[in-house]
Amino acid sequence: MHHLSLQPNPLPDPNSANIGEPEQTKSSKLWLDSAMRIVKSKTSFIGLCIILILILTAILAPIIATNSPTDQDIINRYQPPSSEHFLGTDELGRDIFSRIVYGSRISIQIGVIAVGIAMIIGVLLGGIAGYFGRWIDQIIMRIIDIMMAFPSILLAIALVAVLGPGLTNAMIAVGIVGIPQFARIVRSAVLSIKETEYIEAAKSIGAKNGRVLMQHVLPNCVAPIIVQTTLSIGTAILDAAGLSFLGLGAQPPTPEWGAMLSDGQAAIQNAPWVVAFPGLAIFFVVLGFNLLGDGLRDALDPRLKQ
Amino acid sequence: MLKYIIRRLIMLIPVLIGVSILTFSLIHLIPGDPARSMLGEKATEAQLESLREELGLNDSYIVQYGRFLGDILQGDLGESIQSKEDIAIQLLHKLPATVELTIFAMLLAVIIGVLAGVIAAVKQYSWFDNISMTGALFGVSLPIFWLGLMMIWLFSVTLNILPPSGRLTSGVELNTITNFYLLDSILTGNWLAFKDAFLHLLMPGLALGTIPMAIIARMTRSSMLEVMRQDYIRTADAKGLKKHFVIFQHALKNAALPVLTVIGLQFGLLLGGAVLTETIFSWPGIGRYVYLAVLGRDYPIVQSTILIVATIFVLVNLLTDVLYKYFDPRIRYE
Repeated sequence: MHHLSLQPNPLPDPNSANIGEPEQTKSSKLWLDSAMRIVKSKTSFIGLCIILILILTAILAPIIATNSPTDQDIINRYQPPSSEHFLGTDELGRDIFSRIVYGSRISIQIGVIAVGIAMIIGVLLGGIAGYFGRWIDQIIMRIIDIMMAFPSILLAIALVAVLGPGLTNAMIAVGIVGIPQFARIVRSAVLSIKETEYIEAAKSIGAKNGRVLMQHVLPNCVAPIIVQTTLSIGTAILDAAGLSFLGLGAQPPTPEWGAMLSDGQAAIQNAPWVVAFPGLAIFFVVLGFNLLGDGLRDALDPRLKQ
Repeated sequence: MLKYIIRRLIMLIPVLIGVSILTFSLIHLIPGDPARSMLGEKATEAQLESLREELGLNDSYIVQYGRFLGDILQGDLGESIQSKEDIAIQLLHKLPATVELTIFAMLLAVIIGVLAGVIAAVKQYSWFDNISMTGALFGVSLPIFWLGLMMIWLFSVTLNILPPSGRLTSGVELNTITNFYLLDSILTGNWLAFKDAFLHLLMPGLALGTIPMAIIARMTRSSMLEVMRQDYIRTADAKGLKKHFVIFQHALKNAALPVLTVIGLQFGLLLGGAVLTETIFSWPGIGRYVYLAVLGRDYPIVQSTILIVATIFVLVNLLTDVLYKYFDPRIRYE
């Protein structure tokens, strides 16, 4: 991305990470430009705000929540929204607002862990496949093809079915089904980067393959990885909520939004708020990540700069 | 063209073998003893041993996989652990329900999505463009299980105009031929059943079709905008052709390729999304079948259904590629 020229450096240390450092100013300008474009774009700014609200809610949950997310009050079950319970109460008389507030922590946890799994494994596989090519590439990409032959939510359901229901296994399953996209994006980025002069230079001064890949190739794939990560978090939260809705993810009394929807669906006739609000929470958070992801894609893609 | 299709079909073989290995391995990923996991804690050692014998779990992996593959190639998908029903026959009954729902959802998505995308592109920056593209942005972020439940609340509970679940109201008679209810009711001239089946399809179809509709609308818009900047559109305009003729005959035809790819990809994903939609609307298709099997730990059903869905998914993707080539003769595949 920002590897326009390599300043000849007299006898550089082959294992130093500084090859391409003279690019520093150009690189930071690119990132600054991108950041400006995100702030300027209305939609991605809204996305960023939604995500910041989510993070703040998660951090300040004990202060924001009006009740405990798990305290039951059977006498006051299915109360409609009121000044006492902003979003009403559920089938066990629990305060829905407080459960949604605490649920933000679980959503962030799902986003970070599931996408973390997908990203780390995906980036490594894609990087190795693209960099080494030949039979290693063939083997890895055929495995990726096979994984992509399954609709993702179905593969996630199958994985949770065998691993056993629960939030941790749901996060693992959602993470695993996210691997192929990272692998493919990183592989194609690596394929173009590895032909550039600065990689040739790094190799010619004797840097080992592993080091070239980790220090010089992968750091230059950061832009597409960031975009994919942001978009994947939205999808991961959606998929994990879907699994919880089916009873395969978070288990009671965890205030996970998908599980809250599932618990409330029996009462939809008389107490639609039990279903409506957790769903809206999922929707806004996913929307936030999608908006920011779209914005990042536009901002980090230099082709769109003109 | 035929050569290309044959080549692609041959290339599918390793993928399908991989798919079968992965599905086969699922049962071996179960922590601990799969037999105990399926029969529960109360099962006696004799029951466990009999199930292990029945599923062939005592043999080596290679032998087990060989038998798994051999059975599938003969059309034998095994039987349910709980009901002992033949899975292949069950799937034959349930697949039409899912395919009917998926096609209906996709039709809604394509008709509304393409139309919205074309109008948004032609009237760029108009109120329609803004509203439809905001709607499309919202559409891709909606949890469909939530959308489904809210539709049930609005249209079935509150307004009472659409049926909340199933494929047909009990009491409505329909002689099934293909198990595609809309088609069967047309074939038998049963218009009462047609209307009933159609009303039952509306909500699940809309819930399932929302995400692809949003994606298709966005794709059509951006693809149309790109095409409409081309010289040949200006030429067509300049020689005085009617506007709608230019839009639909010249622009849309050329903008259709990326849209087609999206449709192909989304079609396969709908099969996965059907699990959630079918569960909410008690739609008796394979999505609900696999969901109930997961809850009941009926792994042979889970394995077989996933294998079938993956195979359909792969074939639909192949079909998309073939159509792509058909519509754009410039594309040459090696």
